[in-house]
Amino acid sequence: MSDTPLQADRDKAFAFLKAQARWRWPEIALWAFAFASILLMPSRALLINEIAILALFALSLDLILGYAGIVSLGHGAFFGVGAYTAGLLAKAGAGAAPLSDPTLGLLAAGATAAMIGYATSFLVLRGNDLTKLMVTLGIALIFQELANKFSDITGGADGLQGVTPAKVLGLFDFDIYGKTAAFYSVTVLFLLFCAARVIVHSPFGISLRAIKGNALRARAIGVPVDARLRAIYTLAAAYAGVAGALLAQTTAQVSLDVLEFHRSADTLLIVVLGGVGTLYGAVVGAAAFKMMYDFISSYTQQYWQFWLGLILVVLVLFVRGGIMGLIARLTGQEERA
Amino acid sequence: MHFSTRILLLASAFAFTVPALADNATPVKIGVILPMTGPSASTGREIDAAIKLYMAQKGDKAGGRKIEIVLKDDTGVADITKRLAQELVVNDKVSVIAGFGLTPLALAAAPIATQAKVPEVVMAAGTATITEASPYIVRTSFTLPQNTVPIADWALKNGVKKVVTLVSDYGPGIDAEKAFSERIKAGGGQVLDNLRAPLRNPEFAPFLQKAKDLKPDALFLFVPSGFGAQLMKQVAERDFAKEGVKVIGTGDVTDDEQLQGMGDAVLGMVTSMDYSVAHKSPENKAFVEAFMKANPAMRPNFMAVGGYDGMALIYGALEKTKGDTDGAKLVDAMKGMSWVSPRGPISIDPETRDIVQNVYIRKVEKVDGQLYNVEFETMPNVKDPVKAAKKAK
Repeated sequence: MSDTPLQADRDKAFAFLKAQARWRWPEIALWAFAFASILLMPSRALLINEIAILALFALSLDLILGYAGIVSLGHGAFFGVGAYTAGLLAKAGAGAAPLSDPTLGLLAAGATAAMIGYATSFLVLRGNDLTKLMVTLGIALIFQELANKFSDITGGADGLQGVTPAKVLGLFDFDIYGKTAAFYSVTVLFLLFCAARVIVHSPFGISLRAIKGNALRARAIGVPVDARLRAIYTLAAAYAGVAGALLAQTTAQVSLDVLEFHRSADTLLIVVLGGVGTLYGAVVGAAAFKMMYDFISSYTQQYWQFWLGLILVVLVLFVRGGIMGLIARLTGQEERA
Repeated sequence: MHFSTRILLLASAFAFTVPALADNATPVKIGVILPMTGPSASTGREIDAAIKLYMAQKGDKAGGRKIEIVLKDDTGVADITKRLAQELVVNDKVSVIAGFGLTPLALAAAPIATQAKVPEVVMAAGTATITEASPYIVRTSFTLPQNTVPIADWALKNGVKKVVTLVSDYGPGIDAEKAFSERIKAGGGQVLDNLRAPLRNPEFAPFLQKAKDLKPDALFLFVPSGFGAQLMKQVAERDFAKEGVKVIGTGDVTDDEQLQGMGDAVLGMVTSMDYSVAHKSPENKAFVEAFMKANPAMRPNFMAVGGYDGMALIYGALEKTKGDTDGAKLVDAMKGMSWVSPRGPISIDPETRDIVQNVYIRKVEKVDGQLYNVEFETMPNVKDPVKAAKKAK
């Protein structure tokens, strides 16, 4: 008798969580559009490829920032490690399977980045937000300098040349129009997005949000805080590594620039622009950022940064919750916090 | 934009009536990819200004066809360079890609040039190996060893026996260090130490102190264009002249664009380079005057002249092919071309597609209250020593 109201509460909570995890039609429409856009706008295939890679990278940052509350300015380190791993593999295989196989490259890049993510997570998870910013930044700088110093392996400032990935799944060659590249990157983004979606709606993901809300209370109800944070940090590192691998394979080269600070900073900006902790924010933010860049810089090659900066400042100041927040407000689906 | 559509309409009208003329009526598009923003923005600005100047002076027609420039900003990031090159070739159907502010950027576009058979005119990047990356690459800037070896020769001739080098720790810096050290050793000199400062946020003081303690006859410096002012300020604080140490380097250190801001501390510094704004020739006088008139706040530097000559090369090649934009024919036309540039007589080596040019030894002097790299010795027709050595083997 006494457990009836409790049972009702539990059912309500389950129903709420299940409803959150359900696919909605705008999501399906978005992905359908993402794939269709390559066929509809074949001349923009290369830009779509770049957007997909950036979206995957931003998605990996949103996993730790939006769902676990870990701020990072050094996420580019994993992106770079992934890019070099895939690049070196493709180079070693000289364009022939098995070594140059793109899928193998993705897996290897993801695994390497995950290993480094796990190893560095012990450093990163000490201390508060400011310390985390500094530690992540430091780790990224170390990798950048390593890549510069070991120029025999990485090609140093000249970049890694001769990256020749084999055909995707042994079927599709990377063409100069970027069609294969775009389909490949959007597919990988879609698959990993679905995985991320399942993860954040799983009990694991919900425990992360509890930690983000209040780590002390989460610990009190029995959530193994440190282990969970390490797990999501490692996973996000793997995602970033795969994004880096996509870049290396689809552009057939790796330059030191993959480890530059601006990649980490841009990504943080994209996640904030799109909406933190929404997953879709990363995708929409990346698309908005790249398209704005492409549009404005075709008119003013020298001053586009000014206009882009202005738009971003206005968006961040007046549109709380980023683009996803704006959409939620416009459609009246704003969740009450 | 509306202007080009009109021409397009005109062209398509011709296409129906006079097929033979149709090809010549469509404009030739040149895709220019430059870092217009970011740390290398000054390179992009100089080259962009030079290209505009060239077209203002020589008109927008070459080989009977209208020339159209499509400028893109790659922000100095290699993967963006590659995408822009690809898009320019595939979407905009450009006949030539040009620009390329840094070595990795030039290399990123090389596979596109090869695959699409489109000439790639490198107007800035200076690592020796670039032209080997694709048979469609032609360079109008310089190679780092080309500019480095002459200053080593000059040093040897002027009684320098012991040297210390200090370069930025990245590809081109190491290129310069190697070229200089090898030449000094070959000439019987002694290299006391090879110092390398980090490229980012460099603090030169400890390196300079070490160089001073080693008491060399000369200290050789290389930093990329844009970092010279910072380095020279710290060099001035150490007063090398008092210790009898000659401070020498490549002209990248005393970049004309920044020289004026470096102050009197750089007076007397001897460098070698392919271009100085103070080069004495009627061609250069006209070039500098027109450039400064169009861009009052800017002094043309070696980047600008690379862009100007790149345009001269493309125009010249189109004249030779009579407007035919076939990539292989254009590159063939470019091979062996020679003309008088603002920097002096230059030519394209038909074997390596790299530039052959005079390298000048210059000293920083004050002329009419302004600092200039005044040339006092000329090494005529210098080829890239790295590729020359490879051929000799």
